[in-house]
Amino acid sequence: MNALPRRQALRQIAGWMMIVGAGVPCIRQLHAEETAERVIEIEARRFQYTPSQIVARRGETVTLAVRAIDFTHGFSLPELGTRIDLIPGRVVKLRLQLTRAGRFTYLCDNFCGDGHEGMNGTLIVEES
Amino acid sequence: MNTMNRRDFLNLMAAGGGAVFASGLAGCAGMASSGKAAREDFYFVQMSDLHWGYKGPDNPDALITLGKAVDSVNALDMPPEFIIFTGDITHTTDDPAERRRRMREARGIIAGLKVRKLYFMPGEHDASLDRGAAFKEIFGATHYSFEYDGIHFVVVDNVSDPGGKIGDEQLSWLKDDLGKVSPALPIVVFTHRPLFDLVPKWDWATRDGAEAIKILLPYPNVTVFYGHIHQEHHHMTGHIAHHAAKSLIFPLPAPGSQEKRTPLPWDPAAPYRGLGFREVDATPSTASYGIHEFPVVRT
Repeated sequence: MNALPRRQALRQIAGWMMIVGAGVPCIRQLHAEETAERVIEIEARRFQYTPSQIVARRGETVTLAVRAIDFTHGFSLPELGTRIDLIPGRVVKLRLQLTRAGRFTYLCDNFCGDGHEGMNGTLIVEES
Repeated sequence: MNTMNRRDFLNLMAAGGGAVFASGLAGCAGMASSGKAAREDFYFVQMSDLHWGYKGPDNPDALITLGKAVDSVNALDMPPEFIIFTGDITHTTDDPAERRRRMREARGIIAGLKVRKLYFMPGEHDASLDRGAAFKEIFGATHYSFEYDGIHFVVVDNVSDPGGKIGDEQLSWLKDDLGKVSPALPIVVFTHRPLFDLVPKWDWATRDGAEAIKILLPYPNVTVFYGHIHQEHHHMTGHIAHHAAKSLIFPLPAPGSQEKRTPLPWDPAAPYRGLGFREVDATPSTASYGIHEFPVVRT
């Protein structure tokens, strides 16, 4: 029996807290055969993301692995129509397929204190 | 007989007070000719985003700005019927004791206002770090409604949840509250964050604001006054007008005009520029609102 379909299904859900924005043009769920995927680690702590700038290529698939250190920060990419709540001490992953070039702000959208307004970064998607 | 009503007077003196923005279905036409001696309208004052406790270069006069605004309100030709504070009365702090100290101190200064009634609501700086606990102790409820002279006023809290949400429970309350109101009665909503997506990448939105607007849309006369964005701004969602107020601490850039929402720098040559409060001249019979912007210091 070919176990691949089951593996594919498990791959889509196993252990990952993944948000996929239905209907959003630049994000869609990946198929298993689309294997070129970069994992980018991001640390969230009051009041900054590290790194605060991410560069990717249009057509690239990336997984953002975001770890909050000190607060239940949010990680929001409003121009891509997606957001996640972070859990201090845990890695929360967000998988994106970038089909549109541009500069997209990511920000904490859970108010976290004096400096919250400056807790943001930029995802730069360059033409491939 | 002097038939000049308050709106006529304000329109005449607007050059000394600032811009006038009329909002409403019926506008202001015809009011001056009615000749009614009885009060046909009333006015309230909106003050917003005081950020008491802020220390920084964007307002080196932070310790005296609020007092100057209080003096300016007290110098108005007629006292307002009430004053509403649309959030961020204090600047945030991690220290619960300091948070309460700032709230009590701000409340003490505000107590100098010569007005019959004060209404308060929180901003995220007041309430998001403790889900409104300190605010409730010192200022009272974070969401409520009241009626005044033929207008139903609703205060919606979209900040006690740190995610900038109203929440299902409050949305259900809002629906029930409005359900008890005569459909013909004008509705005014006070809130801190914009209920619509103004600039989500600057966190200028309410995560479930669309749900609130959906509840409000069936009512024919709804107007929203809010704060948060530290500047005058006007927007329509369907027939609902949304009016943002200036701050009393520092102005912020025009929506989406730059990458970061950094405050506009303090100009020693023009202190308090971009700051102020507003009068709202309400006419319940026509559900119209004349908005008059005033600077912190009137000359």
